Amino acid sequence: MTDTKQPIVEIKNLSKSYLRGIQTIPVLENINFDIPEGEFLALMGPSGSGKSTLLNLIAGIDKTDTGTIMVGGLDITSMTETELAHWRAVHVGFIFQFYNLIPVLTAFENVELPLLLTWLSRKERREHVEMALQMVGLADRMDHYPSQLSGGQQQRVAIARAIVTDPTLLVADEPTGDLDRVSAEDILGLIARLNQEFGKTIIMVTHDPHAAEKAHTIRKLEKGILNAHP
Amino acid sequence: MHILKLIFRNALRHKLRTFLTILGITIAILAFGILRTLVNAWYSGVEASSSTRLITRNSISLVFSLPLSYKEKIRQVPGVKNVSYAIWFNGTYISEKNFIPNFAIEPKTFLELYPEYLLPEDQKTAFLRDRKSAIVGRKVAERFQWKVGDTISLKGTIFPGTWDFVLRGIYYGAEKSADETQLFFHWNYLNERLKKTTPRRADQTGVYIIGIDNPGQAAEISEAIDNTFKNSLAETLTETEKAFQMSFVTMTEAIVTVVQLVSFMVIIIIMAVVANTMAMTARERIGEYAIMKTLGFGGWHIAVLILGESLVITLTGCVLGIVLTFPAARYFGNTMGNFFPVFSVSTITIFLDIAASFLVGLIAAAFPTWRAVNIRIAEGLRRIG
Ligand SMILES: Nc1ncnc2c1ncn2[C@@H]1O[C@H](COP(=O)(O)OP(=O)(O)OP(=O)(O)O)[C@@H](O)[C@H]1O
Ligand SMILES: [Mg+2]
Repeated sequence: MTDTKQPIVEIKNLSKSYLRGIQTIPVLENINFDIPEGEFLALMGPSGSGKSTLLNLIAGIDKTDTGTIMVGGLDITSMTETELAHWRAVHVGFIFQFYNLIPVLTAFENVELPLLLTWLSRKERREHVEMALQMVGLADRMDHYPSQLSGGQQQRVAIARAIVTDPTLLVADEPTGDLDRVSAEDILGLIARLNQEFGKTIIMVTHDPHAAEKAHTIRKLEKGILNAHP
Repeated sequence: MHILKLIFRNALRHKLRTFLTILGITIAILAFGILRTLVNAWYSGVEASSSTRLITRNSISLVFSLPLSYKEKIRQVPGVKNVSYAIWFNGTYISEKNFIPNFAIEPKTFLELYPEYLLPEDQKTAFLRDRKSAIVGRKVAERFQWKVGDTISLKGTIFPGTWDFVLRGIYYGAEKSADETQLFFHWNYLNERLKKTTPRRADQTGVYIIGIDNPGQAAEISEAIDNTFKNSLAETLTETEKAFQMSFVTMTEAIVTVVQLVSFMVIIIIMAVVANTMAMTARERIGEYAIMKTLGFGGWHIAVLILGESLVITLTGCVLGIVLTFPAARYFGNTMGNFFPVFSVSTITIFLDIAASFLVGLIAAAFPTWRAVNIRIAEGLRRIG
């Protein structure tokens, strides 16, 4: 395993509950664990066990109740909304189950979107976008709109969008959940390659044991408690 | 790519919806512009009035006349520069629907007091010389295709009989606000015939028009004139031309108020329509806005997207509406020219159009923007799929 490496994510005493009406529903209870740099982690567990919630907390798009999350040495639980937004733009790449591309933008423009928040020039942006699209094998589909692409191709565009800023962390919530076998295989191969060849730290939520096998480590969430995979 | 590109693409996403919304705004701005122009037209007599002219009329009512003998007495009031007089003749040209405002005037002094009515020098001389002649405004001449030398026959209403005039001149306005829709003829011509037919109606006039040098003295001079005729058979009421014109408008003020209210209601209705469009739009895109926020876009980026889209739609409608207002106003002006001597779109109306559109755009986008900016990302993302 990669235990010798410096942890990139450190989670301490993390708890999270949701309010439904007047009832408080605990989702995560006292979670403690580290993710080393360069890790490829698969988070599994039954539906409703809090996988997405945990992933969102690590990625800084949801707020903890108690506990701290350090990413790359920064405590993201103490950041303001605006600080978090800046932090996400620089440090996190997102891959969603439903690709979540902007339908009125071409593949190229979708990938370019996060770069609009940087100081890169037009020309530099173009270079980055082309490189990212090349990496996912879609250089020839740059000018296509999402509706003109297959599910697998759309997910590849989404991956290009996630990696174009060269983030510290890649988070993926059921990235193959909406794809057929072949496309899923294809996307998993791509994600694994990003980990192996480019050393990206990846946290992937999945229901699919076959997908989880691609990861180094599998962790299971059960009723808000994190277990090591047997 | 620029954020503007995304705004335009978003605006064009539902082409039919956007088209209908823009159409609605265009019509609203057009209606607003025409209604404002109508209100302005109503006040055009007031606008065109001069601060150096006073009007003296019978204090009981405009219907009653004043003796011609007052002229000399008025002239002697300190501060009075010159005096003319006019009488509302109300003759009909062929039929009632060919309405032309027409007056019997004392030509020489009248034209001196109304320098905004311009006549070519030869026409003016011809008019002053020929007692049975008349002059008309440019718009009247155009409307009936009259040429200098034509004979015009009016049917008297207040003063019965057929009255023939030779057209000796066509006047035009020195400024845009000048009324070019009237007909003027010699008071003498009227008076001579009255002497023969109904002598008791002779040597009377409707109003005196008084030229003064100093508008600041208008109140004192008016009072002095009215005091002169206190306790006489026909007491007078003197006021500035503006106040005189205003009294006509006041009679119809309720209508003007309604028109004004309607014009603002049109804007409020379209505000509701655009707000509805923007709310629908933003609700559909809440997931997309959540994704953009996930990627690190801030609340104000989202605000710019929604506000921008709303303004693109409203301002497009606004520009189209303004462009259409001009030909529409011209059309209305032509068909109703006899009722409204001046019917032109003012600069203020255009500014109000633009201001209203901005307001509509901003207010319509306010609530969706507030929602999109404040929605929690995790919440927004859950709406997808
Ligand atoms: N915003 C919210 N408000 C209320 N309850 C919520 C909210 N978000 C999540 N939950 C609840 O928290 C629990 C965990 O949800 P989460 O989405 O993390 O589960 P999950 O493990 O990702 O499930 P799935 O495999 O179905 O995606 C669920 O019971 C869910 O209903
Ligand atoms: Mg989930």
